[in-house]
This record gives sequence, C-alpha cells and structure tokens, in this order.
Amino acid sequence: MNTSSWLLWGFVGTVVLTTIMAGSQGMRLTRMNIPFMLGTMFTPSRDRAKLVGFLVHLLNGWAFSLVYVAAFHALGRATWWLGLGIGFVHASFVLTAGMQFLPGLHPRMASEHHGPTVVRQLEPPGFLALNYGVRTPVSVLIAHLAFGWILGAGYRF
Amino acid sequence: MEEIHDHGVIGNCRSAALVSRRGTIDWLCWPRFDSPSIFGALLDDRAGHWSLHPTAPFSSRQRYVPGTNVLETRFRTAGGSVVVTDFMPAVSEEEKHELLLAEHEILRLVRCEGGEVEIESVLRPRPGYAQGAFRIRDAGKLGVRIHTDQGLMIARGSVPLAIVDGEEIRGRKLLREGDELYFSLVFAADAPAVLAPGESCRKLYEHTLRFWRGWVSKLRYHGPMREAVERSALALELLVYAPSGAVVAAPTTSLPERVGGDLNWDYRYCWLRDASLTVRALFGLGFDDEAEAFVSWLLHSTRLTQPRLRVLYDVYGNAPARERELDHLGGYFGSRPVRVGNAADEQLQLDVHGEVVDAVAHFVRRGGRLDLETERMLVSFGDYVCRRWTEPDEGIWEPRSGRRHHTHSLVLCWVALDNLLRLHDQGHLAGIPVERFARTRDRIRREVETRAWNPRLRAYVSELEGETVDASALLIAWYGFEPPDSERMRLTYARIREALGAGGGLLYRYRSADSPGEAAFGICSFWGAEYLALGGGSVEEAQDLLETLCGYANEVGLFGEEIDPVRRVAAGNFPQAFTHVGLVNAALTLSHRLRGRTPHHRGIPAADSEGGAAS
Repeated sequence: MNTSSWLLWGFVGTVVLTTIMAGSQGMRLTRMNIPFMLGTMFTPSRDRAKLVGFLVHLLNGWAFSLVYVAAFHALGRATWWLGLGIGFVHASFVLTAGMQFLPGLHPRMASEHHGPTVVRQLEPPGFLALNYGVRTPVSVLIAHLAFGWILGAGYRF
Repeated sequence: MEEIHDHGVIGNCRSAALVSRRGTIDWLCWPRFDSPSIFGALLDDRAGHWSLHPTAPFSSRQRYVPGTNVLETRFRTAGGSVVVTDFMPAVSEEEKHELLLAEHEILRLVRCEGGEVEIESVLRPRPGYAQGAFRIRDAGKLGVRIHTDQGLMIARGSVPLAIVDGEEIRGRKLLREGDELYFSLVFAADAPAVLAPGESCRKLYEHTLRFWRGWVSKLRYHGPMREAVERSALALELLVYAPSGAVVAAPTTSLPERVGGDLNWDYRYCWLRDASLTVRALFGLGFDDEAEAFVSWLLHSTRLTQPRLRVLYDVYGNAPARERELDHLGGYFGSRPVRVGNAADEQLQLDVHGEVVDAVAHFVRRGGRLDLETERMLVSFGDYVCRRWTEPDEGIWEPRSGRRHHTHSLVLCWVALDNLLRLHDQGHLAGIPVERFARTRDRIRREVETRAWNPRLRAYVSELEGETVDASALLIAWYGFEPPDSERMRLTYARIREALGAGGGLLYRYRSADSPGEAAFGICSFWGAEYLALGGGSVEEAQDLLETLCGYANEVGLFGEEIDPVRRVAAGNFPQAFTHVGLVNAALTLSHRLRGRTPHHRGIPAADSEGGAAS
C-alpha cells in the first residue's frame, strides 16, 4: 500500500466532502451539520462540538479511505469510476443503515420512539436522514461520489 | 390586533419576540433581529401568532420577574388564575460548555395558581412575512415539525398538539391548582436540532433567571428612578446582538409614528447616530464590556466605507437590506405601507462622524487605548469633516424632503474636530493636521453662533437662517458646545418648551409639514430633563420632569420611539433603544449632580494610564 498517497488523497477527499456538505447547508439544501453531529458525541458545547466534530470527521475520512484503498488493491486498479462506484455504495450505507444505527451509537441523540430525554436531546436523522431536509440524501450522495472519485483518480499503487 | 403599549419583550441577545398582555406572541423574527418574521400579527392579523391564554373570559397583567427579562403574564378568570412565564433561554458562556442548547427557543411555562382554568395554545406560523412556504408535520414524540425556507421549527408541549387544516397547531388542557404545563418552540438551521424535554424546562428557567440576575448585578447606579434605569438597561441588553456587539434601534418594523400614517420604518438595524449616547449610557451604568464591544463593532463595521460612514448598518456591519414595501400586509391598525429594509442608508448625515468620534472619546475616557489603525481612521474622519461640513445634509431626523444646512449636523462636525484635537492634546492621537482641524472647528463654531442663532426667536434654530426650533438643539449643551446655563441655552430651552411642548413634560422633535399628527418624541423629552439636570434648571425641576416622563412607560417599564401626548402610551417601533438611552443618560446626569459631581465630564485623561485597546 502506498501510505503517503492514501494519506494525501484521503485528506483531500475528506476536505472536499466536508466542503460540499457545508456548502449544501449554506445553500439550504440540507440542515445536516456533520461536525456538530459528531462533536456532540463528545461535548455538549455547541462551539466546541463543531471543532471536535471536524477533527473526528477528518479521522473518519482517513479511516474510510483505507477501505477504498483496500478495495482498489483487491481489484488491482484505482480509477475514478471505481472510486465513484464505491462512493455510491458508501453513501447508500450511510443513509440507510448508518442513520438507522446512529441514535444507538450517539450518547446525546433521541430516538423516534421515545422522544427526547434529559440526556438525549438531539433530533435523530430518520430514514435517509430525511429529518434533516428532504434534499439531504442528494447532498450526501454527491459528497460521497466526489470523495470516491477523488480517491479513485488520485490514489497510486 | 393588540396595541403597541400592551406588550412586553423577551429575547436572547440575538433575536426578540413581543408578547402581548393577552398572552400572544405577535412579533418574532428568527434567527436574527432583521430576519423575516415568523409571527407578524402586530402588522396584520393574518401574519402569524402564538396565543396562549384561558379559554374563558379573563383579565390579565404583565410583569418581569425582578432583575430579569423573563416575562410573566397573569390571567384571572371567574374560575381561577394561571400565570404564563415566557422567555428565551439564556445562559452564561461557562454554562454553554456544559449544556446542550437549541439555537433559538421560546419556552412558555404555565402554572395554575388557584381554582380551575382551561388554557389553549394556538400556534399559527406564517414565515417570511407571511409570504414564505411552510409545511407542518406531526413527528410523534419528537414534536410537530414546521418546515420553512429559513430553517426547521419544532413545537412541543406537555399536552397533545394537533395540526388543524395544515395551518396551525393547537393544544388545550384544564388545569387545577398547582398543575404545570410547558410549551416550546425551537428553531434550527443546523441539524440535528436540540429538543429540550419537559423535565429540562424548569432547569432552563433557573439558568435564565441566574443569567439575567448575574448580568444586572453589574449595574452601578444608585440614583433616582433606579427601577426605571434597571429596566432600561435590561431592555437595552435585549437589543444587543451579542455575536458582534451591535445594538439595534428596535426589534420591530413599521410600527407607525402616527397611527394610520405612512411614517413606518424598519428599525431592526444599527444607527451610528446612537453610538455616542449609547456608549455613554453603557459606560455610565457600569456595563463596560458591552460598551467596549459596541465601540469595537463601530470601528470594525465602518472599515469598508471609511472615511465615509453609512447612516446605518446591519448587525455585522453590512449595508441594510434594500428597502421595499410589503403590500400584502395591512399594517398596524391600517398604517401602511409596511416596509422592510431601510433607504435612509443612502442619505448624507454629517452628524454621524461626530457621534462616532464622541463614542471613541468616551472609550478613551474610560481607560481605553487606540491602536494605530484606529488612530488613522479617526484622522480620516476629521479630514472628511473638514472637506464636507459646508454641504447640506438630511440631518438627524432623516426627512425625505431634501438636504439643508442643519444646526445639529454642524454642531456634531464641531464635536468631531474638538474631540480629535483633545485626543491629540492628551497624547492619544498622533498625526493630525492640528492647525487645519482647529481652524475648521473655529469656523464651524462661528457659523453656528452667527447663522444658527435666530435673534427674533431668541433661540438656536433647526437650520442656518431658519425660523423653526428643533429639540435636537438641547444637545448643544450636552456636547459641550455651549454651557447649559448660558443665556442662549436657557432661551433656546424656553423656546423649545413653548414651540414643541406636548404637555405633561413631553416634547415633539420638531413641527413641520413632514410631521402632521406625529406623537411626542421619547428621547427628546428625556433630553429636556437631562438639560435641566446638566445645569439648565434646578435639581428639583430635573427630578420632577424625569419622574413624570418615567411614568409614561408601559406596564412593564418599556418605551417606544414616541409617546402619544393624549393617551400617554407608546407609539412607533417598540421597544426603542434610543428612548431608553435617553432615560438612562438623564438619570445619570441627575445622579451626578445630586452627588455634587460635574454632571457631564468631557475631559480626556492623558495617555499614560493603562487600559484596553480598541481594535
């Protein structure tokens, strides 16, 4: 495995993914704020959560890009269209299974069935994260396609 | 539609809501003061509201929980009594690290104090000044979701909430003595939204009480009318936009200066004109952090246009939204048009530089130090004044009838140069063309003394060679242009009282074709009291007048821009920072005089003392 190439393109892909999601929020295509969502796993402070969440998201990006790199090696090639395909699978997983599991993983997230409690006060994402805006799945999909495209096009064995 | 004076205001230093004595929130803009309204029933019954009151006929009273901006509305019916407590949660910066808080929230707590009372909540959102699209959906235990273009709102409560015709959310319950309910409305631009459960509401209430009481404990005022001064300070703090330090003139738009008239303007912006008076009020009361934040906002927000200054800015120092009329809204008791945005931004008002420089002088007086960039900026202001003081302008009252040579603007040009020279003399400001500034300052003085003094009226008049008086002339003494006990000032005061007196100590700002039927102007009336306290009258006269004027506040101690001289109730945008600033400054001046101190100290200390830097 080419570690420096993984680190570089994993970082670039994560930055682009984060930028697309933040831009989508700014354009009101979605309300989903990934750094805030991740950061509140660690702190209730809104400002600190966004900073911590950003760092966690960056690490997550590297971790997930490792799976992409493993797939590239298993298939013996790294191309933009392969990256795009893995990105599609990744986004589909995040939107369906990932969002469904999130209330169980997140210590401050309420569940649809029980509603908010003193500890769990955050709105859960719901199926396809539709609670965060009806165009959220589209934003998430585009961001992950871009992530995969960058890794596939950039990574060198 | 309910009258202006029948309202209290709640807020969180980012946005504010007006709550009527009938328990109806009929003005709310989220997420910022100048955002489009979500509830706008104050301007049109169809523009959205949130009512919460007994279903049976009732009488009601309002009050603030002492020392806070937490509002209580107490209802009495034939069957019993309930109290509704309204607030936007506010906590200290330290507590924010420990608590997960919604971006914006209104909490309404209901407690039955005796007997049996059925209470009903009707929440009818109409976002985007009642023109925005919205969709209401029941999300079960997560509340009722209101999707708007501005963001998501979530309504929750401890009673079942029903969606009626996709247009409103209703809930009602019969309460018996000791029963409690809560209702919450959250706004979220970020997801996931934070949803406070019922058990947290009481905790947030305690936090909010502690926050406001902690804030008000910094108040250093022990003079006359302390209660009114404390309420004014709390009202002013509600108009501060905490993230930037800006102070908006009022949280409302288009509440009319005259009911049925067209003098309806959007005041949800920050006027530089208010700078000097506001900074003095905040420093005088001991709120040094707020005053310094406001000075910093002044200096930062004006950087893009210096040395020219806009008349007004939004809370982040940008140009206000383009002025437009909302024809679909009927206006407050038919007062049309309803305007949003403000075109006064395009006017030339030559007094603005004087007010900003005077605010900076207050800052230095309190130990602040100027950085190099601020010094350069101040010098450029002086240069601008020297180049343009001879031009006519729109003046302090922003009439839209053309430019004139206003006395007040000239006096403020003098104030700008005089303060710059004083700052230079004391070593705070380097690199100024002393001779040019001094020469221009003296020319302005001569111009005012010869052409703004009308020997026939025996008064300073509103414009050069003019024939009418203007209440802004009372500030001539305040700014140190003329001693308050000089013959000219005494004569001017007497003429203003005679020509602009509205009875009961009230003053109109001016009388002209622009102002038929306009109410008395709040801050001008307080300028009258302050002029007396400054030395233009006796202590007793000043105190009597101040007490009389404070008596025109509404039930919860708030003032609008104007005061109806017949009914003695608020008119214009509400509550109005400028009026409360006038009250505070008059009280401060009187308090100083009662303690035998120089009522209005204009000296600037030498630049060898330590202090914070303006940047």
